[in-house]
Amino acid sequence: MASQQFCTFLLDRYLFGVPVPQVQEVIRSQPMTPVPLAPPAVQGLINLRGQIVLAIDLRRRLSFGERAQGELPVNVVVRTPDGAVSLLVDEIGDVIEVEESTFEVSPETLDHSVRATIFGVYKLDGRLLHVLDKDKACQVGDLEMVSRH
Amino acid sequence: MDEIVKDFLIESNENLDRLDQELVKLESDPSSKELLGSVFRTIHTIKGSCGFLGFARLEKLAHAGENLLSRLRDGKLSLNAEITSGLLAMVDAVRRMLAAIQATGQDGEEDYISLIERLAFLQGDPAVSPQGANSAVPPAPQLSPESQAEVEVPSNDEIVLLAPAARPFEKPPECEPAPPASAAKLAGEAREKNPPATDEFVRAESAARSEDTPVPEPTVESHNPQATMETIRVGVTLLDRLMNLVGELVLARNQLLQFSNGTPDAGFLAVSQRMNLIATELQEEVMKTRMQPIGNIWNKFPRTVRDLAHSCGKEVRLVMEGQDTELDRTIIEAIKDPLTHLVRNAMDHGIEEPEVRKSSGKEPVGVLTLRAFHEGGQVNIEISDDGAGLNGDRIRQKAIERGLIPAQQAGRMPDRDVFNLIFLPGFSTAEKITNVSGRGVGMDVVKTNVEKIGGTVDIQSTAGRGTTVRVKIPLTLAIIPALIATCGGERFAIPQVSLSELVRLDAEENGRGIELVHGAPVYRLRGRLLPLVCLDRELGLKAAADNAASREAAINIVVLQAEEQQFGLIVDEITDTEEIVVKPLGKQLKGISAYSGATIMGDGRVALILDVSGLAQKARVIAEAHESAHEEARKEAGNEQARDEHALLLAENGLEGRVAIPLSMVARLEEFPRTVIEHAGAQEVMQYRGQIIPLIRLSQLIPATSDAEKLASAASIQVVVYAEGKRTVGLIVDRIVDIVEERAAVEPLAPRAGIVGSFVTQRQVTDLLDVPALVRAAVPGLLDVVGPEAGRV
Repeated sequence: MASQQFCTFLLDRYLFGVPVPQVQEVIRSQPMTPVPLAPPAVQGLINLRGQIVLAIDLRRRLSFGERAQGELPVNVVVRTPDGAVSLLVDEIGDVIEVEESTFEVSPETLDHSVRATIFGVYKLDGRLLHVLDKDKACQVGDLEMVSRH
Repeated sequence: MDEIVKDFLIESNENLDRLDQELVKLESDPSSKELLGSVFRTIHTIKGSCGFLGFARLEKLAHAGENLLSRLRDGKLSLNAEITSGLLAMVDAVRRMLAAIQATGQDGEEDYISLIERLAFLQGDPAVSPQGANSAVPPAPQLSPESQAEVEVPSNDEIVLLAPAARPFEKPPECEPAPPASAAKLAGEAREKNPPATDEFVRAESAARSEDTPVPEPTVESHNPQATMETIRVGVTLLDRLMNLVGELVLARNQLLQFSNGTPDAGFLAVSQRMNLIATELQEEVMKTRMQPIGNIWNKFPRTVRDLAHSCGKEVRLVMEGQDTELDRTIIEAIKDPLTHLVRNAMDHGIEEPEVRKSSGKEPVGVLTLRAFHEGGQVNIEISDDGAGLNGDRIRQKAIERGLIPAQQAGRMPDRDVFNLIFLPGFSTAEKITNVSGRGVGMDVVKTNVEKIGGTVDIQSTAGRGTTVRVKIPLTLAIIPALIATCGGERFAIPQVSLSELVRLDAEENGRGIELVHGAPVYRLRGRLLPLVCLDRELGLKAAADNAASREAAINIVVLQAEEQQFGLIVDEITDTEEIVVKPLGKQLKGISAYSGATIMGDGRVALILDVSGLAQKARVIAEAHESAHEEARKEAGNEQARDEHALLLAENGLEGRVAIPLSMVARLEEFPRTVIEHAGAQEVMQYRGQIIPLIRLSQLIPATSDAEKLASAASIQVVVYAEGKRTVGLIVDRIVDIVEERAAVEPLAPRAGIVGSFVTQRQVTDLLDVPALVRAAVPGLLDVVGPEAGRV
């Protein structure tokens, strides 16, 4: 039976995951340089050992409310065709292995903005793992995003 | 693809580039043995290599070219334009085949039979009879099946085995009896036509030496081995990677220095100092590896110019100066196309036909000069021709026709500005559209491309004497000096290239310094109005209320040059200048025109690099939005114009009189000491920017009760400079009061010369002046007489 390893993280109270090979690294909160005029989901730029990496706040990207004051996000740096991008999440979880057979496409009832950025869910014991489409999540320049905010 | 094929492609492409130049040079110096030898060798090498790599079609073509060349080299033929064209056509065909090999691994489907025949015909021209020319065609087809047969078997084998297989092709005459039919036939053909053609070069060289002057050959030989010893081929990606790493090292060094400054540890301090020096040196050296002489892209121009000259029926001599001027690789790539376009343009529009030139008393051969040199941390590239020059009037007319500028504005524009109109999109004055240029695309693309890399384009022209286009570009894009400014608590880097000056207004001064023109802030910088852009407002950093509060403090204005427009950027604080490493922004942020990249500062934080022209454009867009809310119609005339039309300059005339002059009529505001006033006859005049301009006293034209004593004792005069066409007039006013945005109803009172009417502004009745009428009344004939003549340029 085919299985896959996921790097998991928490966003609001939901468990999300990205396939391990797509993740470059996970680092704690970094000094952030805001980018005025950028789409709202763009939190800013961080210096990742001399490389300038765009940080996207997944909470805003997926329309979960703002992060509570004083709570520091965690950077999940993912590889994209256009270089590394950091996704800001609430908390980092374990690396877990899931069976392909437990996968299901996302239910119709899911919120639109979430549904568009996840491939589907894995049914774990007692909870669901949302599989993030990191390439979609990294698209923040589209009109849809701008007009919503 | 095989390594060996790759090497062959790289080498051949380089050789072909050289070939282009050499052939063109050869045309002007047909007797040069050295050049001929080099050209022959290049083609011979290509032929030899593709022989054992199994590219039969390519080999056939190269063979035909080689035959022709060998006759030239032996002095049996002398080079003429026709032969050069044939050889150049062959070079092009070879290039296409190489491209095909690169893409598909095969040398394409095309046989180039007609080209081969043409080469054969050229070769047979004077010496061989017409039949000879015909008989020269068959050898190639005969050759190909055999060459394939011979090469195909070993081509799958080792290279070591290939070499002997290829040899029969290289020196058939020697092997004549030994190899089977193929070589014998080939040799037969070769002997019939031109024995040494298919010979190895070494032999050809010795032949040349015995027959002719032996001088050039040894020098060529002695150059080559050295060149291969001292250089190695390094991939560009490796250099780029190296550059990135050095960039990171520089940043780490900056951070290290910050730490070391706070430590009492002498040892650590010493080490970090040394580290500092080494990093700086390393950075310089690595930068150098990316530098290339501009000659690398100029190399193809002799060929371009030659071909264009032939097709346009013009005679042009290309002069290149400063080929060694070095530029960063990325910049070289970026300016290649713009430069080519400028050269084509100069050839097509600039330089006239020989007869035209003769009739205007010039040498029939036009001169196109390319010049490159370093100046002030930038590279200047000039493309000058000694052609007809630009016609200011025709450009004005075209610009008006195409609706690029309003007619009234065109008249006031100095020629220099008019010339720059040709960089507007959709502009072309070519009488007829040629296949070279004149479609109205291009000059604007040139400008955009040059500006994209932080450069500027400027054009100067004298009618009948020629045109010079000057391109200024930064040396490198990777590491640039920048001014670091703070705004809204964040640091921003402003490339120093676009920086003109810094102005600081103290708290008590700023109320006076900054004025509003239709709600848009301006600053009077030495009498000229400098539009101001608030960085915080532009970037949406602070609320407007905040902005008002900050007015209490001192104001820092960074005066920037964006394209032709100067503007002042208001920032909170100016920190420092620093060498920054430019890093591109991800595609998510590419759409924001205000930034050109980002960099990492000494403390490890990221700072955004402002894109000065992007920012200017953005600010203008906002101005446009403001405007359209007021009045749709005004948009048509263009923003600047629209804003100008209702901005009025207020001045005092006498004790009580107030006059207003439309700001659009004002070229400059100047203040001079009284002593500048001189007299030409009864007319008061002054020297102004190399011109003598008449001065008109407003108080004399529009009588007002004036305090004569006070006026006489005033040490300075305030002059409103008015320009019409090429004529400039100074209007002396008692005092410049303000600039207001006023669209109040003007009521025509009792008719008075030079006054449109009166209106109320700032609670005072003010006369709106009709400046052209005033000037005509004061200096009769000045504008009308000179006007048309000035326009004829």
